[in-house]
Amino acid sequence: MSLFNIFNISGSAMTAQSQRLNAVASNLANVDSATGPDGKPYRAKQVVFEATPMGGQAGVGVKVKAVVEDASPLKMNYDPKNPLADAKGYVAMPNVNPVEEMVNMISASRSYQNNVEVLNTSKNLLVKTLGIGQ
Amino acid sequence: MSGKIDDALRFNQTALNLRAARQELLASNIANADTPNFKAKDIDFASALKGALTGNSPKLAMAASAAAHLSGDAGKSVMGAQVQYRNAAQPSADGNTVDMDVERAQFADNALRYEASVKFVSDDIKKLLSVIQG
Repeated sequence: MSLFNIFNISGSAMTAQSQRLNAVASNLANVDSATGPDGKPYRAKQVVFEATPMGGQAGVGVKVKAVVEDASPLKMNYDPKNPLADAKGYVAMPNVNPVEEMVNMISASRSYQNNVEVLNTSKNLLVKTLGIGQ
Repeated sequence: MSGKIDDALRFNQTALNLRAARQELLASNIANADTPNFKAKDIDFASALKGALTGNSPKLAMAASAAAHLSGDAGKSVMGAQVQYRNAAQPSADGNTVDMDVERAQFADNALRYEASVKFVSDDIKKLLSVIQG
């Protein structure tokens, strides 16, 4: 019954989008974390989506293939009074781009809402189907 | 006698099954709106329904005269209907061809037509009941 499979497909998309939202939250929270548990500055994290076959006949869901660290260079702030400053007085700050993260957040939230809508529609269709002949 | 009842309901039953399969495809497209390199897919409903009712699958079979020949089965099929890639009006830079406007519109359209088929089946059953009960 393919309508039931939509629950799996949209559910997988919602899981993936919420992981993306999670990464955005982590990035925005650590926009000023000059040092982390490993002693290095925080690096922005990005999720990579991958289409994955999901039972049914042609259903394709989504999964998070990997969480990668942004390889772009760290921001160098001139702040000689900071204990983390190097010999020239520069502090390496996270490479989080707040504008990019905000855009990512809106996109993830809209995609999540879209999938909720899809799920609700499918649920309504199933309820209507159960009512056949009544 | 029950064969005749089957015949009376067959058209809408097939249509419902195909609508549900198409709904799953569209849900997959919406779920993968943010997956890089994902190509939006759909089926040609009219020819799929015709094929499912007549039992002829619209696929072209290729003659294989040796064991090493590939089957002519290009891509996936849903209930005998060939799954086709959508022609994207504006594909995105990451190779994704899901156009959310098109997908949402088709999803709503398909849901409504599914509901219509449910209603038709319901009415058919009521009609048969009134004939039986007088």
